Amino acid sequence: MPVFKFTRFQIAVHIGSLIPLSLLLWDYFADNLTVNPIQDITFRTGKAALVLLVLSLACTPLNTVFGFKPALKVRRALGLYAFLYVCLHFLTFVGLDYGFDLGLIYEAIFEKRYALVGFAAFLILLSLAITSTQGWMKRLGKNWKRLHRLVYLAGLLAVVHYVWLVKSDIREPLTYGAVVGLLLVARIPVFKKGVMKFRGGLIKRLEAEKRIA
Amino acid sequence: MIRIPSSEITPEHVYLSRREFLKQMGIVTAGSLLLSACGAKPTASPQADAGEAATGLADELGDPATSYEAITNYNNYYEFSTDKESVAPLSKDFQTSPWTVEVGGLVNNPKTYDIDDLRQNFDQEERIYRLRCVEAWSMVIPWTGFPLAKLLKEVDPKPEAKYVRFETLYDPEQMPGQNAGWYVWPYAEGLRLDEAMNDLAILATGLYGKDLMPQNGAPLRLAVPWKYGFKSIKAIVKIDLVEERPVSLWMAAAPREYGFYSNVNPEVDHPRWSQATERRIGELGRRPTLMFNGYEEEVAYLYEGMDPFADVPANS
Repeated sequence: MPVFKFTRFQIAVHIGSLIPLSLLLWDYFADNLTVNPIQDITFRTGKAALVLLVLSLACTPLNTVFGFKPALKVRRALGLYAFLYVCLHFLTFVGLDYGFDLGLIYEAIFEKRYALVGFAAFLILLSLAITSTQGWMKRLGKNWKRLHRLVYLAGLLAVVHYVWLVKSDIREPLTYGAVVGLLLVARIPVFKKGVMKFRGGLIKRLEAEKRIA
Repeated sequence: MIRIPSSEITPEHVYLSRREFLKQMGIVTAGSLLLSACGAKPTASPQADAGEAATGLADELGDPATSYEAITNYNNYYEFSTDKESVAPLSKDFQTSPWTVEVGGLVNNPKTYDIDDLRQNFDQEERIYRLRCVEAWSMVIPWTGFPLAKLLKEVDPKPEAKYVRFETLYDPEQMPGQNAGWYVWPYAEGLRLDEAMNDLAILATGLYGKDLMPQNGAPLRLAVPWKYGFKSIKAIVKIDLVEERPVSLWMAAAPREYGFYSNVNPEVDHPRWSQATERRIGELGRRPTLMFNGYEEEVAYLYEGMDPFADVPANS
C-alpha cells in the first residue's frame, strides 16, 4: 500500500494554495461577493493564479540562491494550483460572464489584446499542466525542460494581461512584473553560476570557520 | 441608428433578483469547482430579501432601479479609494455641510450658492437614469435633482461662453486619494454649453428620495446619463463658464483613452476593452450597450454634422 508522506512544508503549501478558493466559497455562501460578483470572482481567481504562478517560479531560485531544497518539492503543486485558478478564472469569463456566447467570446478574446494575452497564457499553462506528469517527463526527455521553460512566458503574459486591464494605476501589476523579471534573471546561466559559486565559497568558508572553532 | 425596442435588448434570463442570481450561479460554480461536500446553502434571510425587494421604480425602458444597497456600496470615487467597496466606509465622515458652490467665469451674474439654497430654490425632480460606467458595468439610479440649465440661466452665460467646467472639492485631509500623484487633482470635468443646457443634464442632490450619501458625490453632483459615468463629477464646489474646452482629469491622465465627449457608444471600444456589452449590477450575464446609453432621441441633435466620438483616437 502506498504511503503518502508529506512534509509540514508541503502540507502548508497545499493548505495555503487552497485558501483563496476557500475564501471565495465562503464569501459566496455568505453572500459577500460585492454587488458585481462576476467581476469579484474574476479578479480574485486571476489574482490567486498570478500569485501562485509567481511562487512556483520562485521555487528554483529559492534552491539555487538560498539553498532551500524543499521548494523544489512543491514547485509542481504550486504550478498546478495556479492552473486550477486560471481554469476557474477562464470559466468565469466564458461561462458566468459571457454565458458561453461564442460570438461575444470570440470578439472579446481576439479583438482585445488583454484577453488575447490572457488566453495565450492559458494555452501555455494548459499544455504544461497536461505534461506535468512523470510519464510525460520521461516521454519528452530533454524537450520537457525546454517546454516547461515556457512558464516564464506565461508569467510575463499574465503580468501584461493585468497591466492592460487596470484603468490607470499600474503600480501593482508592475510589481508582479518586476518579481517575474527578477526570477527570470535568477535563471540566466551566468547569474546562476555566479550565485552558486558564491554560495559554494560561503559554505566552505563557514565550514572552515567551524573547524577552527 | 435604429432604436432597439426594450423587449429585444433585454434577454429574458436577466430578470433575476440578486438572491436568485447567486443561487443560479451556485449551480455553475458548484459544477465547475467540483464541490461535493460543501453542505446546504443557507436560506436567504427574510430581512435581506425585503431589503432587496423591487421598489417599483424603473427606467423608461422598464428596467428596475438598482438596489439602494448596491448604489451606495459600489462606487468609483478615486478621491477616497480606487477600491469600489472601500469608498463608502472611507467617506462616511465626509463633511458636506457647510458647503458652497461657486458659479462664475463668463457669466453676467456670478454667484456663490449655499447647498441649502440649491436644494430649496430649484424644484427637485426625480429622474431615473441609467448609469453606464466606462468599465462596462451599469446601474439604474433614481436621482433627485434639478436641471443644470436652470442654474446656468440664473447666472446668465455671456455670449463668448462655450463650455462649462466643473470642479470637485480639493481637500486631501478628507479625501486621502487626492494624495496620489497619479492624477491631476482636483477632479475636473466639462460639457459643451449646449450639452449642459440639455434637459437630461441634472445636478443631483439625492437618490431614492434621500439626500446623497458622500460615496455618491454628496452634496452635489452632475448626472449626464448619455455619457460614461466618469463625466458625472461628484462633490462639486465650482462651476465655471469658459471659452476654451476644459481638460478633464481623465483626459489629462490618459489622453489616448478618454476624450472630452465620452458619449456612450457600443460601436466605439475603449482602446483596451469592448464597450459593446455591459454588466447590469444585479443581473447575471451581459446585455447590449445602447447608443448614447439609450438617450439617442434626446441628445443626438447635439452632435449632428460632427463625429462626437472622433476627438481622440478612440472612446471619446
